[in-house]
Amino acid sequence: MEYFLELFFGGLTRGSIYALIALGYTMVYGIIQLINFAHGEIYMIGAFVALIVAGICTIYGMTGISVLILAGVIAVIYACAYGFTLEKIAYRPLRGAPRLSPLISAIGMSIFLQNYVLLVQTPDFLPFPSLIPDFAFMEPVAYIIGSPELVILVTTFVTMILLTLLIKKTRVGKAMRATQQDMNMARLVGVNVDRIISLTFIIGSALAAIGGVLVASYIGQVNFYIGFLAGVKAFTAAVLGGIGSIAGAVLGGLVLGWAESFAAGYISSDYEDVFTFGLLVLILILRPSGILGKTRKQKV
Amino acid sequence: MLRDFKQSLLISAWFVFLTFPLMAVRVNTTDQVVTWRLMNMVWVAIGSFVLSYAWRFMLERKKVRKKTAEEGADTRSKLQIKLEDMSFRYKAMGGLLIVALVYPLVVNTYQTNIMISALIYVVLGLGLNITVGLAGLLDLGFVAFFGVGAYTFALLNHHFDLGFWMTLPLGGVFGCLLGVILGFPILRLRGDYLAIVTLGFGMIFKVVMENWDSLSFGPSGIANIDKPGLFGMDMNLAQSTTYIYYIMIALVVFTILITNRLKNSRIGRAWIALREDEIACVAMGIDMARTKLSAYALGAFWAGMVGVLFASKTTFINPASFTFMESAIILSIVVLGGMGSILGVILGAFILILMPEYLRDLSEYRMLAFGAAMALMMIFRPQGLVSGLRQKYEYKGTKDQVNNG
Amino acid sequence: MADKKHKLLEVKGLTMDFGGLRAVDSVSLEVHEGEIAALIGPNGAGKTTFFNCVTGIYNPTKGDILLHPKGLETRRLNGLKPNKVTEMGLARTFQNIRLFQDMTVLENVMIGRHCRTKSGIFRSIIRDKGVREEEQQIVETCYQLLEKVGLGDSANEFAKNLPYGAQRRLEIARAMATDPFLLLLDEPAAGMNPQETADLDHLICRISEEEKIAILLIEHDMKLVMNISNPIYVMEYGKKIAEGSPQEIKDNPKVIEAYLGEETED
Repeated sequence: MEYFLELFFGGLTRGSIYALIALGYTMVYGIIQLINFAHGEIYMIGAFVALIVAGICTIYGMTGISVLILAGVIAVIYACAYGFTLEKIAYRPLRGAPRLSPLISAIGMSIFLQNYVLLVQTPDFLPFPSLIPDFAFMEPVAYIIGSPELVILVTTFVTMILLTLLIKKTRVGKAMRATQQDMNMARLVGVNVDRIISLTFIIGSALAAIGGVLVASYIGQVNFYIGFLAGVKAFTAAVLGGIGSIAGAVLGGLVLGWAESFAAGYISSDYEDVFTFGLLVLILILRPSGILGKTRKQKV
Repeated sequence: MLRDFKQSLLISAWFVFLTFPLMAVRVNTTDQVVTWRLMNMVWVAIGSFVLSYAWRFMLERKKVRKKTAEEGADTRSKLQIKLEDMSFRYKAMGGLLIVALVYPLVVNTYQTNIMISALIYVVLGLGLNITVGLAGLLDLGFVAFFGVGAYTFALLNHHFDLGFWMTLPLGGVFGCLLGVILGFPILRLRGDYLAIVTLGFGMIFKVVMENWDSLSFGPSGIANIDKPGLFGMDMNLAQSTTYIYYIMIALVVFTILITNRLKNSRIGRAWIALREDEIACVAMGIDMARTKLSAYALGAFWAGMVGVLFASKTTFINPASFTFMESAIILSIVVLGGMGSILGVILGAFILILMPEYLRDLSEYRMLAFGAAMALMMIFRPQGLVSGLRQKYEYKGTKDQVNNG
Repeated sequence: MADKKHKLLEVKGLTMDFGGLRAVDSVSLEVHEGEIAALIGPNGAGKTTFFNCVTGIYNPTKGDILLHPKGLETRRLNGLKPNKVTEMGLARTFQNIRLFQDMTVLENVMIGRHCRTKSGIFRSIIRDKGVREEEQQIVETCYQLLEKVGLGDSANEFAKNLPYGAQRRLEIARAMATDPFLLLLDEPAAGMNPQETADLDHLICRISEEEKIAILLIEHDMKLVMNISNPIYVMEYGKKIAEGSPQEIKDNPKVIEAYLGEETED
């Protein structure tokens, strides 16, 4: 039972991170039907910027959770800037082009950003300073869930609540939903579609960066390549839950996190990634619209 | 003018901000050292200022081109027009073939080896060109088929001592088979889903090869794979390299011949139609599943076949040769060269494989450039360096003689 | 008179739901040999959805779609893939033109011949005499079709470079290349000027008379179809509200209320 609980919370932690990244995929896909391949790279850049900030701080003697928060804030700002620029350079000129074009452009940008970080920083794994203290009140349950896990769970939970409020309650959120349903119609009723698309990229990037910072401080190391696998997995989560659906991305992330955690814990960790992709393939074949997704009427 | 200047200044400032933490600071958290590289910021500022002008210029040119195309004017480049002239094409091909045949006799073994790798990528590119370029199925796990071919030969050679020539077609057939097996369930998927699933398959292939020790010997790979034999003759390294080179040339010619015929056939037209518009395609009576499967499997066939040659050339393979980066390189060859264009793909392979070899200093920027090139090509020149040449059809006018032009 | 003619297409109680939305609500219609039937109705009445059900792009929720080819047994089209429907002799065009933009005009039509020809992969590689002859025949047939719709001179142009009206005619030629006995045209005159529309009417009549192809066409604008079609079916909000000859439709109070009423408002 203890082992089960450990795997359960491990999966939950992992899944909530997947969910954060998956939200970016799902929101972008919902609006412009593009798999933003470079989204994983935004996550990686977020983690890297946080590492740089946190690294400087610790080297100059500052430490603790406030450093993590500072690093997180700067990481989010930079991730947003990168996401915004990415959309403007690589995707906006391709609006209205054949479907394959922005997708290839996205793959190109993913490779570009990976190698950009590789070249200007380092190919090695860099240790991320551990900034989350062990909370005293967590001690009784520390054998199943540690303080870092708690921080991750609380942060993702709060982030998701804020996101839901933004989408459901604000004017901007309304405009986003309208654009998602019918871009042309939204434009006709006066929504600035370009701005909404930019905004979607910015929000998605912010979420990815939060995920990146949390993972980096949890796993304790960062490298230029971490975004790729995380990106593919988060995409799997988005598809699993039903791409285009916010709740679906969260659910998909959690399901995937648990599936991986339990499969690795009870079966074998060698083939962990195989499970993920196996799951993705199965979902796409059996229920391409995902758990919560609606089948979209194809326009003919 | 002033507006452009102001805009460029703004862009320059933005990129300085954007690249600041990653380019100006380097933190080594292992040794607790911070390096400041503020000079980099100057380069970024100047570079982005200049590039923003180039970007504007290119966008402007694209607009002009589009306009002239809409007015029905000829937008083909001089090279393109020249290439569409059949007699020029035959002459050029003949000349190239002679150069190709003489090549290993005038250069050393090292150069020949490099050329062999480039030719391997030519065949891989031509194979992927069927799947991506003609049929429009974005395959990001293409390297798996290449790996299947290589492992087919390595294993059959290791366990049963099968020779190169026996296995060459087998590699193709296995690649093809895997293509069909994978293709059946996934080809119903829409284009972007297909991309991600094939990416997954490519990764699964690598993970399985790394972990299934009893079959694949794990990450340490398989060594001492036989080189191609020629009637049991003993050959030294130089001779066998030259021999492999000629085999490769033959394989390339064979591939070009067959893919060209397919492209201009009933099947090839169906592939292109599928790429252009799936719904219209099925509404015109084309069986989508079958057409997709054939494109997918035929692309895989070439990868499998050339995989055999790759294993035989290097005499050693391990899973590290079959990463996503390889798939990405093959894809950039097709994208850069021109999707659907055989000549373009050949050109693309030579540029992307030979350039980093001969510009060693720049070779670490290779993947950076490939990534940028993929995005830039899509934005400014989606048809690639050489766009697909159209077959001209001869027909008799029904009532009066019509010139076809 | 319609009773004597052979019934080609028979749709009975066709219903199509999307989630909670009923886009087509038990619509029945028939198309007989030699007819130019029309399906009209305001925007969003479910006409195109009806077409998509008949041609296999959607699988209808309820109802029967029966095809009675002459001299062959009746086939139920429900759930068949679009390519099978086309193979059976029912071809269509699209409301928002769906040409193969980066192929030449001639090649576009040649795609239509795909299901009527049979060279496979291996024979295409070997390119034996049979294949070469088949290819030549495809080219000739398609070229003749292009001449018929008045596009013979543009055969080697890219489809995307054709003017709008010509693109619509090319869609018709492409559909005809599949050897249909029934042609479904989805708003063939949309976006055309009066002259082009008149030419199109003429072309449709010629196809019907010379090629002996029955036609079912969707039109948004009722006036256009009055000259050439009989019978006319009227749809509104997914339901069929009237059917009959042009005169009957004109006089039908329901149609005037639902359809013409809306028309005069804007």
